[in-house]
Amino acid sequence: MADLAALLEPHIPALRRYAYALLRNHEQADDLVQDTLERALSRWSLRRSEGDLRAWLFTIQRNLHVSRWRQDRRRGMPVEMDEAVLPGVPARQETTLEVHDVLAALDQLPEEQKSLLLLVGVEDFSYDEAARILGMPIGTVMSRLSRARLRLRSIVETGRTTLLRRVK
Amino acid sequence: MTGKDAAIREEDLQAYVDGRASGDRLVEIEAYLAQHPEERERVALERRQRAALRGQLENKAAEPIPPRLWIANIQAARRRRWGWRLGAAAAALLLFAGGIGTGWMAANRMEMASGQPTPSTTAVAENASLAYRTFVVEVAHPVEVDAQHQAHLLQWLSRRLGKPLIAPDLTSFGYRLMGGRLLPSGSGAAAQLMYDDPTGKRLTVYVRAAEGSETAFRFQHEGETSTFAWIDRGFGFAVTGALQREELLPIAEAVYHGLSGDSPAVKKD
Repeated sequence: MADLAALLEPHIPALRRYAYALLRNHEQADDLVQDTLERALSRWSLRRSEGDLRAWLFTIQRNLHVSRWRQDRRRGMPVEMDEAVLPGVPARQETTLEVHDVLAALDQLPEEQKSLLLLVGVEDFSYDEAARILGMPIGTVMSRLSRARLRLRSIVETGRTTLLRRVK
Repeated sequence: MTGKDAAIREEDLQAYVDGRASGDRLVEIEAYLAQHPEERERVALERRQRAALRGQLENKAAEPIPPRLWIANIQAARRRRWGWRLGAAAAALLLFAGGIGTGWMAANRMEMASGQPTPSTTAVAENASLAYRTFVVEVAHPVEVDAQHQAHLLQWLSRRLGKPLIAPDLTSFGYRLMGGRLLPSGSGAAAQLMYDDPTGKRLTVYVRAAEGSETAFRFQHEGETSTFAWIDRGFGFAVTGALQREELLPIAEAVYHGLSGDSPAVKKD
């Protein structure tokens, strides 16, 4: 059991970082990581031994996040900011910020784009690994990544989400 | 490389943003960007945003792991939860085992409803075995009340069982009382006393109300776990351990002597 801790704990800082970037709330982020670790422990025997542990943990966490997000959406909670922001209401970003608060701008992306940018850009997963974690066809990763960065640029450049509605 | 292959595509630019372009391709991308200022500016901005995002999240990954995410703590919490679930499962199993094999399921249920379960030694053995497997692996909280509070422990369990309970002395077998716990058992309660030997090997003595006068020992083997169970004057008893039948039998007899009168005959299963 001690070696399980030795195997899993090196990945916890990155799981917390990914969770926090998704949720932007420290407590909720640790709830998500805790759920992830619990699930990993309960499914440990089902893990394919040749598979990469880090990618496996991120897949679990992302799936848990998405299923929870879907639950929240069914309950009508405004979790996707680009859908929740009312037209004409200025978002928090200023046109001058450019790269200043990319994390806040990230909140306005759909979950899949957000996760893709985090997995590739922050967690340094390969394009193939990121595709597998997100369950998307490997051939579409690059175009989706390009689209996500275009959208992030638009948000940061304009500081408003309303433009995106036109761009879409 | 043909001219077509050399053409810079969006995916090359994305790889460049991620710092994953290398070798000749990197040179070609940089040459392309040198000639396309608009693209160069865009790619530079994407690189800055990527770096900014990493920078903003850097501290988060540097934080120490909070105790609630320590693997040891999560494992301990899982075991506790699992223990509760198995406790409930043990109660359910008792209901089930009480009816199965006898064909008295309906009658048994009615008796259950009236608070008079009619379990057999098999049910007692199974309950005991399940409770053993649940708590013998427990590291943090193997017992609810430890042996240091033996008087309190036995008083408490006796009151809940409705039977004066003593803790049999098993020191001649090398086993020392660790303590005990109360468990759910159908309509009543069950008590589990846990013992261990110097090597940490554990065995349990399990007691709960049980109707009948089937005083023969019943032996049951499940996985690595052996159980001797018997019913005596309204109570079911079981001794369970990861031991062979011949190792466990003298201990069961000692428990029997310690708890009641003479040793019953061993019944072959």
